[in-house]
Amino acid sequence: MSNSINLKKGLDIPLAGVPDLAVKRTVLPDIVAVQPSDFKGLNPRLLVREGDKVLAGSPVLADKKNPDILVTSPVSGTVKEVVRGDKRKLLAVLVKADEEQEYLDFSVRKGDLTAEVVKDTLLKSGLWAAFIQRPYGIVADPSAAPKAVFVSAFSTAPLAADTEFTLASEVSLLQAGVSALAKLAPVHVSVKSADSAFAKFSDATVHVVKGKHPAGNVGVQIAAVSPIRKDETVLTISLALLAAVGRLFTTGRYDVRRTVAVGGPATNGPAYINTLPGIPMTSLKEYYVHPEGVRIISGDVLTGRNAGEAGYLGFYDTQVTLLKEGTEPELLGWARPFRFNQYSADHTYFNWCLGLMDKERDMDTNLHGGPRAFVMPDSYYAKYLPMDIYPLYLVKACLADDIDNMEKYGIYEVLPEDFALIEFMDPSKNYVQDIIANGIDLMLKEMA
Amino acid sequence: MNKIFEKGGKLYWLHSTVDAFETFLHVPGTVTRKGAHVRDAVDLKRIMIIAVIAAVPAALFGMWNTGYQHALATGADPRFWADLWFGFLKVLPLFIVSYVVGLAIEFASAQIRGEEVNEGYLVSGFFIPLIVPVDVPLWMLAVAVAFAVIFGKEVFGGTGMNIWNPALLTRAFLFFSYPNSMSGSETWIALRKGETLVDGATGATPLSFIGDGMDALTNSGAQYGTGFWDMFIGIVPGSVGETSVIAILLGAIILLWTGVASWRIMLSTVLGALFVGGLAQLCGGTDVPCLYHLVMGGFAFGAVFMATDPVTSAQTDCGKWIYGFFIGAVCVIIRLFNPGYAEGMMLAILLGNTFAPLIDYYVTDRHIARRNKVVKAA
Repeated sequence: MSNSINLKKGLDIPLAGVPDLAVKRTVLPDIVAVQPSDFKGLNPRLLVREGDKVLAGSPVLADKKNPDILVTSPVSGTVKEVVRGDKRKLLAVLVKADEEQEYLDFSVRKGDLTAEVVKDTLLKSGLWAAFIQRPYGIVADPSAAPKAVFVSAFSTAPLAADTEFTLASEVSLLQAGVSALAKLAPVHVSVKSADSAFAKFSDATVHVVKGKHPAGNVGVQIAAVSPIRKDETVLTISLALLAAVGRLFTTGRYDVRRTVAVGGPATNGPAYINTLPGIPMTSLKEYYVHPEGVRIISGDVLTGRNAGEAGYLGFYDTQVTLLKEGTEPELLGWARPFRFNQYSADHTYFNWCLGLMDKERDMDTNLHGGPRAFVMPDSYYAKYLPMDIYPLYLVKACLADDIDNMEKYGIYEVLPEDFALIEFMDPSKNYVQDIIANGIDLMLKEMA
Repeated sequence: MNKIFEKGGKLYWLHSTVDAFETFLHVPGTVTRKGAHVRDAVDLKRIMIIAVIAAVPAALFGMWNTGYQHALATGADPRFWADLWFGFLKVLPLFIVSYVVGLAIEFASAQIRGEEVNEGYLVSGFFIPLIVPVDVPLWMLAVAVAFAVIFGKEVFGGTGMNIWNPALLTRAFLFFSYPNSMSGSETWIALRKGETLVDGATGATPLSFIGDGMDALTNSGAQYGTGFWDMFIGIVPGSVGETSVIAILLGAIILLWTGVASWRIMLSTVLGALFVGGLAQLCGGTDVPCLYHLVMGGFAFGAVFMATDPVTSAQTDCGKWIYGFFIGAVCVIIRLFNPGYAEGMMLAILLGNTFAPLIDYYVTDRHIARRNKVVKAA
């Protein structure tokens, strides 16, 4: 059975550099990084030393507060280096991969699948870290009883990997994952159309969610299906990691292989690649000409992390976006009647009435203005957040560190990623996602 | 930017000013630091310049009308280019004073706060000359602008933080501090030194007759026409930019088409005025047809350019309906029941600005209550 949800608010940004659905190759580099910063809310304790042998699925990090939560190595090999930053902050654990991959065995008999066993296996294998808990967007607390598990089967972010292409061949694995998770809590899967490859899961409620970005954001889908209120928790997992969960319960292996989209205006030949999280960006050298003046983003352009050439693909990310740095000043930019080379969804530029809204754009990282106080009213921003929330009121409550009002205006329902479009559109050029993230951090501190 | 203007440099105290001119000429090469790596090309400069462009027809018409009213009142033959030139020379000093005084304060405050100069005053500075009588002494205008910008805006933290519309605050300051220069029959028509009105000519605006009903208006014996269409076209005395509904409607089309101003506020302001005006007409409180309120005085200019100020108006869609309706209704109430001061729009909008946060508070509060109820039901 499926429910249909139509979201009217939102915006699709026509960024150039969409990867061709056919190109595919495998990038298996010899170094893979495990980065604690990928896991929000995790206070990492190092479990390995340089020179240790690890298998795929061997624990590398544990959470100090909740030692059951493990982060495990995606490959088998030798720990090459433990990278630390200021004040010995743990930045990354680099594992040199073996030629032949060996996996730890986590297999369970199918008949034994109970909620206890599922949770236990996920924790032991390190795949529990794949679950992001709402509210707050942190690695899920295993002791909390979740109201539901939500999976978004598609992404509407600019240049996102097309799941109908990358995961269509793994529907049976995904079904195994869904069935396992259904032991923990009711599973909701959102698909973009009724004839999607993922519209026929059993053990789950399927919702057809139609609309522009951020319709594919799981937070928006939760808000439309069953909004999160105080004292409720919801687990979310990406489709790519759900496939890994399915693989864990089918083969007993911790195998987080995924198909990643490499795209963006600064790519020479956008493509899909099969790879693992934690690969160094240098292994994608063939997709850009010069690293200077190019921003290498792990994730999408709205919410991704500026990894740089020395960085690594994030644990949750299924796309890499390459952008030009927009350091060139633009003469009389804002004063020109038309600005055909720039993208603006605002009606003060006339792209919208000249039919240029869908034209693919070679956007760069220029801020296109200077920081200002918020001037435009709440309703200007509300057009880009398909939730029952007044966005600017929530943002201002976060700015004021006003916990009561943050709670009232819906902080439990949102993550910074849901405000990414608002940040994109803001004519006052504020770092809106940062403001929301600070608000969430404050909530975490006060609620602890 | 030259090093000398950067922090630690000798001319750091000019930093905000240099930055303002530099970013006026070109969009700087600043890149995003985190979060959304790409940004929409729109910025506040663009939004503000659209608001200024939208007011240009009203300003041009106001210049011509200043000359035209001068010709009518002095018994001269109206000639288009001569009238426009006369009005241009009269109105230009208002613009200069408004921008020089306001921007100087704006630049200084930005520097004190260590921020970039906000372009909000580009709009306020353009609107101020349009809502004052053409003969207002320039020093008074300077004092009023200084008051409005310092105490109406900068003390709250600059553009975006202010409670009241700075342009209207300028006018309110003039009105309450120098009432003699803001009302009566001497102020609305510009005269050269030594010139006097010809016999029988009046300097009063149509609005000043309205308290006494339609008879007073139609039999005012003024040298200009006092019919509905005269006021619609705008060939009557009044503040520089407020008289022509046609020119203001052109501006309204630009504002609505580009989405800079809210159609909800404009529409509900008109509805509020028609409601009270119509009610008063039905109950016999006045014989002025309610449509007249839309074309007289500062109503149209206020509804299109002042009430829709994004900072001081209501923030929520539902709040906008209430806010606009309130302004329209209060404006007509003041006009009809306060014969001492006929122009209600200025005070109605300032009152609306005052109550806008309260309106929004109740709108969001109702919304939160509804959200909580849904949870309990679920």
